[in-house]
Amino acid sequence: MGSDDGALEHSGSGRRYGAAAGQQDWVGPAAIEVSHLTKKFGGRTAVADVSFSVARGEVFGFLGPNGAGKTTTVRILGTLIAPTSGSAVVAGFPLTQASAAEIRQRISVMPEAPGLYRRLTVTENLEFFARLYGLAHREARIKESLAAVNLSDRANDSCGSLSKGLRQRVALARTLLSDPAVMFLDEPTTGLDPVAAHEVHGLIAALRDRGVTVFLTTHRLDEAERLCDRVAIMNSSLRTIGRPDELRQALFSRSLAVSTAKPLARPDQVFAGLSAVHGWRAAGPAGGGLAGLSAVQGWRATDPPGGDAAGGDPAAGGTAGYLLTVTDPAQAAPGVTRALVAAGADVLSITESRHTLEDVYLELLNDQEGQS
Amino acid sequence: MMSINAARVGAVIRKELTEFRRSRFVVATMVVVPLVFLVFPTVAILAQHPAGPSASLDQGVGFFLTYLLVIPVLIPSTIAAYSVVGEREQGTLEPMLTTPVSREEILIGKAAAVLIPSVGIAYLVLGIFLAVLRFGADPLVAAAVWHSPYLLAQVFFIPLLAGWAIWICLAISSKASDIRVAQQLGALASLPPIALTLLLSYQVINSTLILAASLVGALLVIDCAAYLLVSRLFDRERLVSGTKPGSA
Repeated sequence: MGSDDGALEHSGSGRRYGAAAGQQDWVGPAAIEVSHLTKKFGGRTAVADVSFSVARGEVFGFLGPNGAGKTTTVRILGTLIAPTSGSAVVAGFPLTQASAAEIRQRISVMPEAPGLYRRLTVTENLEFFARLYGLAHREARIKESLAAVNLSDRANDSCGSLSKGLRQRVALARTLLSDPAVMFLDEPTTGLDPVAAHEVHGLIAALRDRGVTVFLTTHRLDEAERLCDRVAIMNSSLRTIGRPDELRQALFSRSLAVSTAKPLARPDQVFAGLSAVHGWRAAGPAGGGLAGLSAVQGWRATDPPGGDAAGGDPAAGGTAGYLLTVTDPAQAAPGVTRALVAAGADVLSITESRHTLEDVYLELLNDQEGQS
Repeated sequence: MMSINAARVGAVIRKELTEFRRSRFVVATMVVVPLVFLVFPTVAILAQHPAGPSASLDQGVGFFLTYLLVIPVLIPSTIAAYSVVGEREQGTLEPMLTTPVSREEILIGKAAAVLIPSVGIAYLVLGIFLAVLRFGADPLVAAAVWHSPYLLAQVFFIPLLAGWAIWICLAISSKASDIRVAQQLGALASLPPIALTLLLSYQVINSTLILAASLVGALLVIDCAAYLLVSRLFDRERLVSGTKPGSA
């Protein structure tokens, strides 16, 4: 078992969650191992032949549009519903009816809706769940969990009187209560203000540091990108899985975003002579132009330059933006800078253009729509 | 057979009772129903003057006592019907079902939380009725009540009838998706024991010791069977997704 009955422990100015209960109870490389999992409801396939594994201590993002099977997958892994076929191992136990209670002892699930007893106080809600988990030192655990989500001062408030954001935090405190080895968080920051969401992010990061496995279902791609070691994108079946960087590289070419004070008179001549540049396209005027860069999704070296080839009308003046396809942005940047200076351009910036996880997500889903 | 953890059952009972105490609807049900069913027999029996034959007095006494048996049927049917569907409406069912608590523990906890106040109130009402009788009724009427076989029957029938209502209403609550529907169906489901009670009261069915013992036995069997049935209905998958377990 974890340290001190899995109690919370202090760390610096904040509080960090203690070693997960049951974390050392199993031997095996993965916290979650899913193999060909399928779930059908009548004639509808909610989850189709999904396989993946989540390492111990990993923050794993599970993304997908509404109805993609994310919640169904979480419910299967949380022992709420049985798969139609396939198998899984959760927290070291096979996902069977016989071991369901063992799994439930070692995991905690925070559904999308906070699911609190509105007539009970915050403490009474947590007290109830602490008893269901059979926790020792309940009072201390409750205090620590509330402190972890900054809700100590609302401990005696009725849950019915709390705002949605505060209820979400109580639900998170409830999830922390049992000091689980694997946590399933379904949209944990829904309804939270930016400060509260930031605190939750900090909490998840602290959980990862302590070796707790977090299975994070979210629609917030920036959140997934910031927090998750790896992400899986679902749409009934698994579309892709990997580290955000890997996914970006697999789908998109690396590129340099160039911003100049004025549009180049002959951009073809400037970029064509550079061996490190495999292609280019105008990305609209900078200012507006740089914002426009992020809108260039899925552009590849093979894409023909389109639109305003000059990156802006030289006669009209104003800033201009260009997106250059390169193999290695760091290696290409000096040559590009020299070429631009030689062409008399006033360079405002040259940066590596990073595709976001959102770009990856949309690209994958667009691909799927195109195929269907 | 799964072992029952008393601490978890206790947690469910404690939580349910706290919720009941803070629900105006539940508190109102627990106050109004007993009052309504206490006032009429009390007033009526105080007005009894045994001028006629003793058979007529016995019949009257039997009627009033069996009338009180409606209380342990109506109170739990209203509260238990809310029990599961209320959790679903609050969104609390899913978090609870992901804890180590077993369905048997949840069911026993929920049933006990309804049974304790329902039976307690029913016995309290009976006690008040008997106290009023002792001090206010004609001595002959009071003696008839104290010696009535219906009085002993009350002791056994109160928990058994409450058990009937609880399990039936928990079954309905597990299947229903709306609190009002669950409560209306729960009220309907409590009609058979009420009808039986009335038939006994009006002596359409002659009450004998053998009949009373048979009814007690039958109710025991029904309560046990109902528990097993509800236990099967109370499946995590069915409760969370609304589909039969393993349906494909």
